[in-house]
Amino acid sequence: MARRAGARRAGQQRTPWLILPLAAVAVAYVAVPFVALLQRAPWSDLGGLLGRSIVIDALRLSITTAFAATGLAMLLGIPLAWVLARTRFPGRSLARALVTLPMVLPPVVGGAALLFAFGRRGLLGGPAYDATGFLLPFSIWGVVAANTFVAMPFLVLTVEAGLRAADPRYEDAAATLGASQSMIFRRITVPHAGPSIIAGAVLCWARALGEFGATVTFAGNLQGRTQTMPLAVFLALESDRDAAIALSLVLIALSLAVILPLRDRWLTV
Amino acid sequence: MKLRVRRLLVVVCVPVAMFTACGGDDDVASSATAAAPASGSAPAGDITVFAAASLTDAFTELGTAFESENPDASVEFNFGASSALREQILAGAPADVFGSANTSNMDQVVDGGAAGDPKAFVTNLLEIAVPAGNEAGVTGLDDFANPDLLVGLCADEVPCGEFGREALASAGVTPSIDTNEPDVRSLLTKIEAGDLDAGIVYVTDVMAAGDTVEGVEIPADENVVATYPIAALTDAANAEVADAFVVFVLSDEGQEILQSYGFDAP
Repeated sequence: MARRAGARRAGQQRTPWLILPLAAVAVAYVAVPFVALLQRAPWSDLGGLLGRSIVIDALRLSITTAFAATGLAMLLGIPLAWVLARTRFPGRSLARALVTLPMVLPPVVGGAALLFAFGRRGLLGGPAYDATGFLLPFSIWGVVAANTFVAMPFLVLTVEAGLRAADPRYEDAAATLGASQSMIFRRITVPHAGPSIIAGAVLCWARALGEFGATVTFAGNLQGRTQTMPLAVFLALESDRDAAIALSLVLIALSLAVILPLRDRWLTV
Repeated sequence: MKLRVRRLLVVVCVPVAMFTACGGDDDVASSATAAAPASGSAPAGDITVFAAASLTDAFTELGTAFESENPDASVEFNFGASSALREQILAGAPADVFGSANTSNMDQVVDGGAAGDPKAFVTNLLEIAVPAGNEAGVTGLDDFANPDLLVGLCADEVPCGEFGREALASAGVTPSIDTNEPDVRSLLTKIEAGDLDAGIVYVTDVMAAGDTVEGVEIPADENVVATYPIAALTDAANAEVADAFVVFVLSDEGQEILQSYGFDAP
């Protein structure tokens, strides 16, 4: 609440003279490359380029795996965000740093680490393969695993911030009225954190959609099985630039379509 | 283990463009042939060499040898798929020398006006790489048709992928591929880690991988000879050092280093 009042006050102040030009440069810096991409786009051939099987396969795979990764990230990430926001335990900062690591590491490092953990001769993947014959790499599950690894931090951090901003007195009140812990979590905590959960899920989905490094390193690259949009773009850049730009446009449009509706306050609750 | 870590570094560093941070632990036999060239001043300054991923180890050693002969010059490398490097060069990346794993990528750079007169400096052959121990019992190209094995190639778009498919076609094999890797090093990493049963790479890659990988020979009539051309680029910021590097690669000393990594003379 205090924050919203503060924002209004800031809006009524006169803007310091240097702020606006710098902000404009920031926007331009991000916008110009996209404008350049649009300017190079093969608009007249777009239909034909996007109708190719390689594009349709990659698009379908990217969207499916981004949803699967977001679902998995919510299942595991919301409880984790709650633990980080509401409990105190030794090593909490370390846990948060660890969970944030995939966000800042080069994704290729994450992919290699995943391979050494869940690959056929990996720490966990080896015994699992010997026992069941199940293998994550080179399958759609490998793509989901790589996406989740890289994208989950976006959800966890956003939801944790949302939970911290929510007033814990509602939960206390529910507890004094006899609600069980799990009931409080479902009926009070999650609805209060709702906007941040939506925002986190959207960011997570968009990040998963764009995932490249961890996917190619861990899951490989095969059309229809593991070749997502970013992988198709990367290889097309070397052989067929028009196709690569057309694919990029689809990725940009999809990402904008999900990020644009996010309200300011959902990201800052 | 050490090798595997280094391989990982290569995979990690190349895409992130931390070229100078990679491959620093090469034990280079610093050659004592420091006979300074008599012609005028020694080449001085920095150059950036864009080179095929399969040249990573050989060129890293070659660069160190070049620097020890030309103390005022320094060489940085950008290793990657030749096709990706070609695109970067044609887009105006600050490169002084291009070493390609096939002639078609070099030809496109020449056609784009970015390089003058390429020279073939080595050839390379294909070989099947399998993880140490060859648990899957791979014996030849025929095994690439076995759907029960996990096999990989380089992607169509990069030379090793193009050559690998050529070899499979001349052997009459329709492969059942599990992954098309963006470059030869990432294919090799997955074989070394044991995640693939086999892949088609260069002879030099199998040699470089040491104990972690075994090679299964491809008979000469099914094999493909890859010719590597090199050229100083027309927009080289430092043409003198760029030319000197190309000359060094073609020199006896340069060839000796390249052949110690399994390359053949052109």
